[in-house]
Amino acid sequence: MNDHEDLFTTPTTPTTPTSAADAAALARLHTRLEQAAHDEGLLDVAYRTVDSPVGPLLLAATPRGLVRVAYEVEGHDRVLDALASRLSPRVLRAPRQLDPVARELEEYFAGRRRSFDLPLDLSLSTGFRLLVQRQLPSIGYAQTRSYRQVAELVGNPKAVRAVGTACATNPLPVVLPCHRVLRSDGTPGGYVGGAAAKATLLSLEAAA
Amino acid sequence: MSNKQPFEKVVQAHGGAVLRVCRVLLASQDADDAWSETFLSALRAYPGLPETANVEAWLVTIARRKAIDVLRARQREPVPVEQLAERPTGLGIPGADDGLWQAVRGLPDKQRQAVAYHYVAGLPYAEIAQILGGTTDAARRAAADGIANLRKNYPGGGPS
Repeated sequence: MNDHEDLFTTPTTPTTPTSAADAAALARLHTRLEQAAHDEGLLDVAYRTVDSPVGPLLLAATPRGLVRVAYEVEGHDRVLDALASRLSPRVLRAPRQLDPVARELEEYFAGRRRSFDLPLDLSLSTGFRLLVQRQLPSIGYAQTRSYRQVAELVGNPKAVRAVGTACATNPLPVVLPCHRVLRSDGTPGGYVGGAAAKATLLSLEAAA
Repeated sequence: MSNKQPFEKVVQAHGGAVLRVCRVLLASQDADDAWSETFLSALRAYPGLPETANVEAWLVTIARRKAIDVLRARQREPVPVEQLAERPTGLGIPGADDGLWQAVRGLPDKQRQAVAYHYVAGLPYAEIAQILGGTTDAARRAAADGIANLRKNYPGGGPS
């Protein structure tokens, strides 16, 4: 028998529904935490999401720079779990830290930006993949290359399949333009954000 | 390599409960300060937290320490009830009005903490005993005494 229940929520349901006033207080406190964490150098991974013509994009940054752009089909929660595991569990939603990234992406999707000028953290990639991904920005806006051409570009013309893998595991799609790499026959080939997203980006660039 | 969840999930899951605990221990503005200090300190220590730890009990332990720090910094008694009565608390637990939470803040220290940790944060008495020191039974008794006190002193708190 428990006659306390007329006074209090039972401890078996600790997730008491949050009122609007509490939600507002928590939102304000969260913003304060983001700033304090940044000031104290504890913001190992800051993230936010932005809407775009290719769906919601997750943006994540370390103090060194933008470390991850993720499509919704990749599963944003899964991506954040992976960042916590690979980089640091100090992962916090901190939209302001990503304002410059959000601004450049917005300009890009509006057709007003042709290349990105952002500090990048490529620590999620290594070896040949890193080599390929670094080369991607040399494919100019609205241009395309075949997987074979990219393989030649990085000095390893036989590594066509490995170039495909490097594109498929690009941690910074859109910003590092793997969508500009197509099959030799001109068909789009796969894309981390799905075929429709690749087509959207290519037609956006062609039209601008 | 850890399998620890992103800290943001900890804030989302426990931020509300920790805020309610802080508000039982402290007045409104001070509660906000204690919450901020708690989560900043938790963020700092988070990578070293054992994966098997009870995260909410850990947070409440930090919150209690921060609440004591805030009170010490202000060099005053923990329950300035007269002051509190004049301020809006912003507390909004459905079905409970501010009077009840002022009554909770008016409880003796140990009872207030036991009530807050058990009924607000939802911690089991074994965890509360570790936070307060003493036995599980003593923690349970403190919460029961607190509830009995509230029943006596808070109008409408009695059984219907």
